[in-house]
Amino acid sequence: MTESFVISALVTNHSGVLTRVSSLFARRGFNIDSLTVGVTEDPSYSRVTVCSTCDEATKEQIVKQFSKLHDVKKIQVMEKSNSVFREMMMVKIAVPKDSIANIMTSVDIFRGKIIDLGVDSITVQLTGEPSKISAFVDFLSQYEILELTRTGLTAIGRGKECLKNRD
Amino acid sequence: MQLKGSEILVETLIEQGVDTVFGYPGGAVLDIYEALYKRSDRITHYITSHEQGASHAADGFARASGKVGVVIATSGPGATNLVTGIATAFLDSTPMVAITGNVGMSLLGKDSFQEVDITGVTMPITKHNYIVKNVNDLADTIREAFTLAASGRPGPVLIDIPKNIQNDVCEYTPQSPVELLPAPEYDMEDIDKAVELIKKAKRPFIFAGGGVVLSDTSDLLLKFAETIDAPIGTSMMGISAVPRNFKGFLGMVGMHGRFAATKSMYSADLIVAIGTRFSDRATGNKVKFCPNANIIHIDIDEAEINKNIPCNVGIVGALAPILTALTEKIGSLNHDEWTKEVQEYKDLEYSRIVQANEMNPKVILETVRKHAKDSTPVATDVGQHQMWVTQFYDFMQPRKLITSGGLGTMGFGLGAAIGACIANNKEMTVMVTGDGSFHMNFNELATCARYNLPIKVILLNNNVLGMVRQWQTVFYDKHYSQTTLDRKTNYKALAEAMGGAGFVANNPEELKDACEKAFNTDGFSLIDCRIDSDEFVLPMIPANGSISDIIMKKEEN
Repeated sequence: MTESFVISALVTNHSGVLTRVSSLFARRGFNIDSLTVGVTEDPSYSRVTVCSTCDEATKEQIVKQFSKLHDVKKIQVMEKSNSVFREMMMVKIAVPKDSIANIMTSVDIFRGKIIDLGVDSITVQLTGEPSKISAFVDFLSQYEILELTRTGLTAIGRGKECLKNRD
Repeated sequence: MQLKGSEILVETLIEQGVDTVFGYPGGAVLDIYEALYKRSDRITHYITSHEQGASHAADGFARASGKVGVVIATSGPGATNLVTGIATAFLDSTPMVAITGNVGMSLLGKDSFQEVDITGVTMPITKHNYIVKNVNDLADTIREAFTLAASGRPGPVLIDIPKNIQNDVCEYTPQSPVELLPAPEYDMEDIDKAVELIKKAKRPFIFAGGGVVLSDTSDLLLKFAETIDAPIGTSMMGISAVPRNFKGFLGMVGMHGRFAATKSMYSADLIVAIGTRFSDRATGNKVKFCPNANIIHIDIDEAEINKNIPCNVGIVGALAPILTALTEKIGSLNHDEWTKEVQEYKDLEYSRIVQANEMNPKVILETVRKHAKDSTPVATDVGQHQMWVTQFYDFMQPRKLITSGGLGTMGFGLGAAIGACIANNKEMTVMVTGDGSFHMNFNELATCARYNLPIKVILLNNNVLGMVRQWQTVFYDKHYSQTTLDRKTNYKALAEAMGGAGFVANNPEELKDACEKAFNTDGFSLIDCRIDSDEFVLPMIPANGSISDIIMKKEEN
């Protein structure tokens, strides 16, 4: 039985660290649904968030092999009950003249933001859990999507849950 | 003191206790070789014929001595020539530090002459690797590389040093050799669970791997085996962990393992796996692997637990304290009935070893063994001869079998023998090879001659790529696709041309005579032992098979 899960890792902020992570996943045949990385409050560390879908045994291997990388300082499986997950999408839609009001209402309902307006296009920014973003994409299928980009998932623990360096 | 990067490298090697390095000079390491030249009083550098040979020599040196092996190569092709050696060390967990030069930083990424992104290339086959882009980081990077290479489960680490960093100057202060990172602390609860399973077992079996050799815990393993009264089978990497005459030692398990070892493993109700990763060559089909046995898996690398074979209890930590704790907690057990059954498998095995030809691998290796000491290292290449060494050569001390287990690198043996020989104060070293493997890297005979190394090359010459041919015989209707070599190489003349002594042995009498001479000559010598092209390694279990698929004898037709 497969399940999807999210791993957060604190890694040293060197060039090549992202390659080490993605190459590990590739060579061991671990599936990556999304991978995001960005620097933390301490510029010597970056935080990587990986989403994957696999069975329990593979998940155990992913966590162990990931931990073995020398650049990985701390790693945690983000429990759904105790974490906040967010993703951002920007989507550009072709707007037929008579449907701008409809689109703006839907953006409001999904709590999105219009961040750019062209002569016959509109660009929306939407933040939320991936399922919400996918739902919005489904809704937009009645219009012509000109382009779309998603950041991939990032995650943080609730309350006192913190991912701090093990050194 | 203010030193150049290249000097800092050499001083840091000295501070870390390195007195031997292997390598090959070139454009991007000129400064390093200048620094080595000035410190030749402290570090002996051995030049090989090819960087690959140097990487295997550093590996063989590390396997024989337990120290970190060091190899140096120039950028580009020098660096890529190390790759097979690094991968070999990685798969067998050998502590090694590889140092490569690279083009200057202003030329990096421009496809410059002899530029290769060697950290990119070696990322999947090193524990970790570095490119040093600031001379101030150099000394600490080298220290960290030594720590990583030797700590926990050992492995190779590569440091790439661009040419301008070798020339940049900064302050250097010597430090003492690095301390190893602490091993993970084992969990007492796991020990208790393991003790319970061991006490409950009626037919326990110990499966020992290369981890026992790497951690120098053979004595503790033997004591543990005596305490729980269990037979021992090993992986190929674990063979030398157990003296051949140890009561209850059954030899290697798996694809070309001994019948009694594999049969007993499959008949056991408990397997205690110690310092092994359950390689597919040892286990065969994972689903059919010992379905009736509980499994206790002990390893320093947590990622090995449940990777290949799921276990009932996994104990993570250094072997020494774990084996000590288990042995103390268990007291003494007796399994007379099981011991009797295992003995029956052993008797069955010996009655089945049939040698059709007079000049056969068993006779050859037993003759060679008589001329070697217990302390003589034996390096091998890869193929049938390697399996025959595991079956017929009696190892009595750990670290004496130097062989490429995980990667199966043909051409490993001669370089590795050079490293092992040097690690053992240039005492006599045996290298067993086949004519296939030997042809890959026999250029290193030049190195044996150059340093007057007493390496005795035992060439099992069957004129074919024997292992592949054997599989073609059994599974491919004798379609000998590209395995009939028919080379015209005169090995005796070759040995002489390269500066050693050569002998030919067509029969046991000639072999006896050749051994007398070869083992009593200075320097290297080679015995071209002519054997039949259709000698088989038996038993064999087809890939992905289990004990029920074992082939014990050759079909005659």
